[in-house]
Amino acid sequence: MLHLNISQANGLPIYLQLMQQIKALIATGRLNPDDELPPVRVLAQQLVLNPNTIVRAYRELEVAGLIYKKKGSGTFVSAQVTPYTAQECRRLLSERADTLLVEAMNLGFTEEELFDLLRERMEHLKRPTTTKSGA
Amino acid sequence: MEPQIIIEGLSHRYGRKLALDNVSFEIPQGRVFGLVGENGAGKTTLIKHLLGALCPAQGKVTVFGVEPTRNPAAVLSRLGYLSEDRDLPQWMRVRELMRYTQAFYPQWDSAYAEELLEQFRLDPDAKIRTLSRGGKARAGLLVALAHRPELLLLDEPSSGLDTVSRHDILGVIVRSVAEEGRTVVFSSHLLDEVERVADDIALFHHGRLQLLAPMDELRATHQRMVVSFSEAKASFPQIPGVLHATGEGREWAVVCHGAPEITRRALEAAGARIVEESVPSLDTVFMARVSGEVGAVA
Repeated sequence: MLHLNISQANGLPIYLQLMQQIKALIATGRLNPDDELPPVRVLAQQLVLNPNTIVRAYRELEVAGLIYKKKGSGTFVSAQVTPYTAQECRRLLSERADTLLVEAMNLGFTEEELFDLLRERMEHLKRPTTTKSGA
Repeated sequence: MEPQIIIEGLSHRYGRKLALDNVSFEIPQGRVFGLVGENGAGKTTLIKHLLGALCPAQGKVTVFGVEPTRNPAAVLSRLGYLSEDRDLPQWMRVRELMRYTQAFYPQWDSAYAEELLEQFRLDPDAKIRTLSRGGKARAGLLVALAHRPELLLLDEPSSGLDTVSRHDILGVIVRSVAEEGRTVVFSSHLLDEVERVADDIALFHHGRLQLLAPMDELRATHQRMVVSFSEAKASFPQIPGVLHATGEGREWAVVCHGAPEITRRALEAAGARIVEESVPSLDTVFMARVSGEVGAVA
């Protein structure tokens, strides 16, 4: 089952929300090449959405080459594609960066301190992870 | 193919109050049509005309190619209707209501009715009077659907209902279109649910059709901008494309309609700097459309 979450507070038209979330699932490997997407009707009922909205999201993802249709069987994730264009990647990361910068400024961090922190966190991430202990 | 519903120049008065004011539009087959607007905007009056429960005082209504008041049987046999006040016979049991309604419809599908009974978790032996609001709405919907109508008219189907019942009702709308290609006309004041299920949206205000657009287009053709002037303004200047502005002093939030480049240029020419731009929510668009003059302070 595809876990998608349509939110009215989001401000984006619903078909765009669907597209973004499916892209994110592909990018994070929760959807793999040749995985089948749920049929329009099923997803329409699951999310309580007008089926035409889902048809539109699927169609635009197909045009973008992220998914493909097999006649008489269904809709699948394409092989080896990056779901985001270079421009989209930049935009996505810029948004996150802006949030971080604003927060840092509010907390009184200097540029130096912020870069130090980023480097430190990067080191931390690169370190071989010890298995997370429960609770 | 001829549209399933044609409304031409329809006006209706209740005493001195103009409930519908020269309304014209068409609804093609297989669309989900959301009617929105405040209480008293004319939605119920419009639905009653589609049913043939009201006779057009002025203008003309055609459903399935016939006028509902001239040939009620031809229209009513092909549509399902859920009224705002769910006027069901309170003393009947659910099973009796089903049998009673079945008598009016030769095309009644008993197997489908049983399926709906189960799906809606209705107890066939329960008295209508004892059902919750949600239960009454589901019972009303069951008898509106079991003859598999080509057109479903729902007047505020989910108003005052709990989340589960609302989900059931929206689910029926979605399934209606997905599986049977049925036309659905429903009124609602819950914009989030209209956005979820409607193909087209018609906004009524004081009996007038204020806005009619496919859902996709509506969001794409409106923008919300926050603009800043170098000095404080007492009111917002008239700028083409700007539907509504709220604010005071230097910063104003505006809702615009039409080509964004043209509006942007017009705003800048008036000395406004655009500091923020976003896709407006449906609420924002509607508030802008019904709250009248530009320059009002929110």
